[in-house]
Amino acid sequence: MSRIQTTFERLREEGRTALVPFVTAGDPDLEVSLALMQQMVAAGADLIELGVPFSDPIADGPVIQRATERALANGVSLRDVLALVRRFRETDRETPVVLMGYLNPIEVMGSVPFASAAREAGIDGALIVDAPPEESHELVAAMKTQGLDLVYLLAPTSDAARINAIGEVASGFVYYVSVKGVTGAGNLDVEEVGGKLDAIRAQIALPVGVGFGIKDAATAAQVAQVADAVIVGSAIVGQIETLAGEGRAEEIAATIGVFLGELRTAIDTTDRVAEHV
Amino acid sequence: MGYVMATRADEIATGDPAMAGPYRWPDAQGHFGPYGGLFVPETLMHPLTELREAYERYLDDPDFLRELDADLRDYVGRPSPVYHAERWSRELGGAQIFLKREDLNHTGAHKVNNTIGQALLARRMGKTRIIAETGAGQHGVASATVAARLGLECVVYMGEVDVARQEANVYRMRLLGAEVVAVKSGTRTLKDALNEAMRDWVTNIDNTFYIIGTVAGPHPYPAMVRDFQSVIGREARGQMLEKTGRLPDVVMACVGGGSNAIGLFHPFIDDQAVRMIGVEAAGDGLDTGRHAAPLCAGERGVLHGNRTYLMEDENGQIRETHSISAGLDYPGVGPEHAWLKDTGRASYVAVTDDEALAAFHGLTRTEGIIPALETSHALAQAAKLAPTMAKDQSILINLSGRGDKDMQTVARMDGLQL
Repeated sequence: MSRIQTTFERLREEGRTALVPFVTAGDPDLEVSLALMQQMVAAGADLIELGVPFSDPIADGPVIQRATERALANGVSLRDVLALVRRFRETDRETPVVLMGYLNPIEVMGSVPFASAAREAGIDGALIVDAPPEESHELVAAMKTQGLDLVYLLAPTSDAARINAIGEVASGFVYYVSVKGVTGAGNLDVEEVGGKLDAIRAQIALPVGVGFGIKDAATAAQVAQVADAVIVGSAIVGQIETLAGEGRAEEIAATIGVFLGELRTAIDTTDRVAEHV
Repeated sequence: MGYVMATRADEIATGDPAMAGPYRWPDAQGHFGPYGGLFVPETLMHPLTELREAYERYLDDPDFLRELDADLRDYVGRPSPVYHAERWSRELGGAQIFLKREDLNHTGAHKVNNTIGQALLARRMGKTRIIAETGAGQHGVASATVAARLGLECVVYMGEVDVARQEANVYRMRLLGAEVVAVKSGTRTLKDALNEAMRDWVTNIDNTFYIIGTVAGPHPYPAMVRDFQSVIGREARGQMLEKTGRLPDVVMACVGGGSNAIGLFHPFIDDQAVRMIGVEAAGDGLDTGRHAAPLCAGERGVLHGNRTYLMEDENGQIRETHSISAGLDYPGVGPEHAWLKDTGRASYVAVTDDEALAAFHGLTRTEGIIPALETSHALAQAAKLAPTMAKDQSILINLSGRGDKDMQTVARMDGLQL
C-alpha cells in the first residue's frame, strides 16, 4: 500500500479529515522550504503538497504566482525540488509528499526519468495541472511503473463523463477545485461543494480533497464537514510572502506552524456530515 | 501519448506518409502529429469543449458563413488586393514580389479576420463579454473593434512592457471602449498576458468568450484561428492565378504565433510545387540568445495548452524573448507550424532586428507602403531570396499589417524622438 493510501486509511479509521498544506518549493529559498515541511508535519499536516515552480502558472492566482517568481529568482528547478524531498525524507519516512506543478519541466526531463527520480527521492505522487488524462498516457505509465500516484483536478464544471475519465486514471486521491477560478480565488459554497462531492464519490472510489478558496480555520472547518482532505495553499503562501523579507527559516516555519495548528483544531472539532469512502 | 514523440522529427523527411494525400490536420483531438493537443487544467475543459462544439457546428452553417462573409466584405473591406511591387522587385533584381495587402484591412492588419469570426461565434454562443491578450496591440485593437460593433464588453490583457512600447494602440483600445489591463507578472509581455487571460476565463466562464489572437493555445484554437485566417490564402491563390496565370513559386510570411503565416500557407499546402517559408524574429541574432525564434532555435515543450517548439531553458522554464517587434515577441509558436517544419512541408528561417529595419525602409521608400515591423521580417527574407531567383519567378508575401503603430520604435532606432 502506498504512503498516500496508508495515510487516508488511517484517517478514515480515526474518523478524521486530512489537513493538506501547499507550499511552493524554494519560496523564498530551499532552506525555508525544508524547515516548513518539518514544522507543518509537527503542527498536524497529514500530507504535503509541494509546488514545483514554473514560469507560466496559468492555474494559479497572484499569491502563488509571486511565490513561484521568488523561487525562480533563486533558480529553483525540478531537480532542486527532488533534492529537497530527499533531504526531508532523511527525517520523515511517513508523511506523503505530492508534487504539484506544470508539465513542461517534466517534459524536458522526460516522463520516465522523472518518475524514477521522484520515486528515488521519496515522492509519493504528482498533480500536473496541465496534463489531463487524454494527454498524459506516457506520464501515467511511467508513474505507475514506479508505484507513484497521479492526482487529478476535478472542477465544478466537470460533468459525469469527465469524472469517469479521470476516475479511470487517478490514484491516491482526487482534488476538487471548489470555486470557478484560480488558486486563492473567491468564496466557496460548502453546500454546493458537498453536493458535487456526492456526485464524484458515486463514480470515484478515492478520497476527495477540496481546495482553492480555503482561507482560515472557519472555512477549513466547513470544508472538513464534507471533504476527505482540506487543502490550503494561498492562505499559507501569503503569510510566507509577508515574512519572507525579514524572517529566518525557523521564524517563518514557526508562524506557519501556529496557523496550521489552528486549522488542525478547527478541522478535528467539526462534525463530519458526509459518508466517506 | 499515443504517438512517438522523441525521435519522430528526426525520422521525418519530405514525403512523410503523414503528409501523403490531401492535408487533413489536426486529428479529432487537435493534434498536428505530435504537436497541438489540449494541455489545460480541468477548470478549462468545459469551456473548451463548449467552444469546440460551437465551432464545429457553425463552421459548416450556411447562415453563419453568410454573416461572416458579409462582415469581411462590408466591414473589413475584403477581398484585400494582391499588389505587384514592381519597383522593389526591380531594385532587388530577381523574382517578382507580390504583396497580399492585409494592411489595408479595417484596423490595419490581418488580425481582424479572426476577431470577426470569433466574435460572431461568441454572440451565437450567447456570451456577453470578450477577453483577449495582445502583444503589439493589433489583436487587442481588432478585438476591441468588433466588441464595440457587437456591443460586447471587452477586456484586453497586455504585458506592462508592451503597454509602454505600444502607447498609441492602448489608447485606441480605450477609445473603442475596452478595458486594458497591464499585466505585471512574469516577463510582463505577451506570454504573461495570455496567462492572465486564461485566468480570467477560468473565473468568468459563464458569460465570457476568450478570443485568442494566434494559432496557438489549446484545441480548437489553432485550427479555428487558422480557418478564419485562411481567407487570406484562398483569396491570394485565386488572385495570383488571375494576375500571373500560375501559382507563386514561394509564399512567405512572418511568424510570431503564426496566424498570418498559416492564413496564407494553408490553402497552398496541397500545392506541393509552392515553397512555403516562415520568417521568425532573430532579434539581436540567433547566436546571442536574444531572439524570438523557437522554430529555428528552440526545443519541444508544452505551453499555453499545446505541445510545440518553445524558447525554454534546460529546466523547462520559458525564456524571455527579444524582438524589435512586439507582435513577434512570443516564446512559442502555433503547433501546426511545428508540424509543417518537421514534415518539411514548410521551412523556417529567422532575420535580425537590423535586417527587418532595413527592409522596412526599403519597401517604404520604393513602394510608398509602410509595413509593420512584424511584416518587415518577411520582407527582409524576401530581399535575401529574390536576387537568387529568376525574374519570371514570383514570391508572394503576406503584408500582414501596416507600420503606423511602429513610428515611435523606428524613430528611436534611427536616433530620433517623436
